[in-house]
Amino acid sequence: MNLDKKLYTLKYSPDTESHLKPDFEQCKLCITKCCVNICPAQVYEWNEETQELIVNFENCLECGACRIACERQCLNWQYPKGTKGVTFKQG
Amino acid sequence: MLKRENKTDVIIVGAGPAGISCAITLARAGKEVILIERGLFAGSKNVFGGAIYTQATKEIFPNFETEAPIERRNIEHNFAILGEEDSTTITYRKNDNSSYSVIRAKFDRWAAEEAKKAGAYIVEETVVRELIKEKNQVIGVKTELEEYFADIVILADGVNSLLAKQIGLRKDIDTKDVALSVKEVIKLDNQIINQRFKLKDNEGAIVEIFGGPMLGMLGLGFMYTNTDSVTIGLGITLNELAENNYRPYEILEKLKQHPTIAPLIEGGTLKEYSAHLIPEGGYKKIPKLCDNGVMIIGDAAMLVNNLHWEGTNLAMISGKLAAETAVEAIDKNDFSKKTLSNYEKKLKKSFILKDLKTYRELMDVMHSRKNAFLCYYMKKINAFFEMFTSVNGIPKKENYHKFIKSIFTDRKISELFKDIWAIVKLLWSILI
Repeated sequence: MNLDKKLYTLKYSPDTESHLKPDFEQCKLCITKCCVNICPAQVYEWNEETQELIVNFENCLECGACRIACERQCLNWQYPKGTKGVTFKQG
Repeated sequence: MLKRENKTDVIIVGAGPAGISCAITLARAGKEVILIERGLFAGSKNVFGGAIYTQATKEIFPNFETEAPIERRNIEHNFAILGEEDSTTITYRKNDNSSYSVIRAKFDRWAAEEAKKAGAYIVEETVVRELIKEKNQVIGVKTELEEYFADIVILADGVNSLLAKQIGLRKDIDTKDVALSVKEVIKLDNQIINQRFKLKDNEGAIVEIFGGPMLGMLGLGFMYTNTDSVTIGLGITLNELAENNYRPYEILEKLKQHPTIAPLIEGGTLKEYSAHLIPEGGYKKIPKLCDNGVMIIGDAAMLVNNLHWEGTNLAMISGKLAAETAVEAIDKNDFSKKTLSNYEKKLKKSFILKDLKTYRELMDVMHSRKNAFLCYYMKKINAFFEMFTSVNGIPKKENYHKFIKSIFTDRKISELFKDIWAIVKLLWSILI
């Protein structure tokens, strides 16, 4: 089963503004870009063409893995606003 | 201190098992307590493996077995050691009620309602952005909209605890001290679950999974049975994932396809996918547990006994002990670090810090010997049973000799001595 189908099972109330704010200049220098693989919701994608990190913050499961794993420690990671983000119905 | 309008005895941040247990204990003692939860409702941001433990839960909710939304009563523990294709499983079964499977979104919501009935105020959909300090003392919290003040603030804001970090009680977590867990709740017919797991009525089974797609990784899998769904998931240390560019959900997919696991979930439909971090650092990584006007409980204090899959019980009891400390502090009108450090003393006297201390060396040993204990010996156990069950005309004595010889020749002999030394050291630290 692909990840999109998994994420489709979740209830989200996305904000208009991202709660995940990497320092994009640092991301360009990052060698491993481990957030791209580590994120369980594939929030991060690397765009080879524009050499930019894409942040699909709407899919975030709010686990915090990227915050800890970010090797350049350049991610400003906050919880989404109180009415926003993911809601687990099972947990 | 200035008298403030919106001031209460205690503010608790985070409505998980720790925060709710803390709130209800305070409310029952007649103290004014506000529990602030960032989700739509208590439980809506909470994820765990699958079990609550009867003894600890009863300390907080004496009648939970008849009143709470529980799923199944666990009567069977399976320890499944998966090879690439084969597996060896040890099953312990007893008609017992030491743990129950629950759905967190239902259970936590129920528990929070109980706290509300006891007199706690619950403020939902509210994120605490920072702690307010005055003269080296935590005196309140700042949410997105307003400020709340309290004599004591208790942090139950989970494994990421940005608040404990803000006031310097906790350092950044190292990637080797935390596991990333992904899990799926898979809908299956009640009768099919009972057939596949050999259960009747509301009996439940737990499967602890070693190896398989996690061979050689510091990671474990788990399955729990719910009333009409099965939970399957795994947790892998974050440094392992980061260094090897593994995608956690892809490893879970592989686990679901393992020949031993696949038949258990066949035909099910995915109800919900989720992910969460698990604090794995153990005793050595427990943060400072209190300061002037503040205490830390549950996952925020890294209170998880990973070897025994225990977390919710440590959370609940740490919440209760912090509440008891807060009651004493309120009665004395003394919220200093010195008074609140009674919480740490209570934790030390309880099973919580005693157990974590018992396993203080475990993670270091596992990190340094993971290829041996989480790969080589896992494969060796399966290889033994493959040999033992094979009927191929080869005399058994030859098989035994070959197997024993392989233990000395598969790897450098020094590896074997390192393993023995690691086990001796580990057992010494656990038992002595």
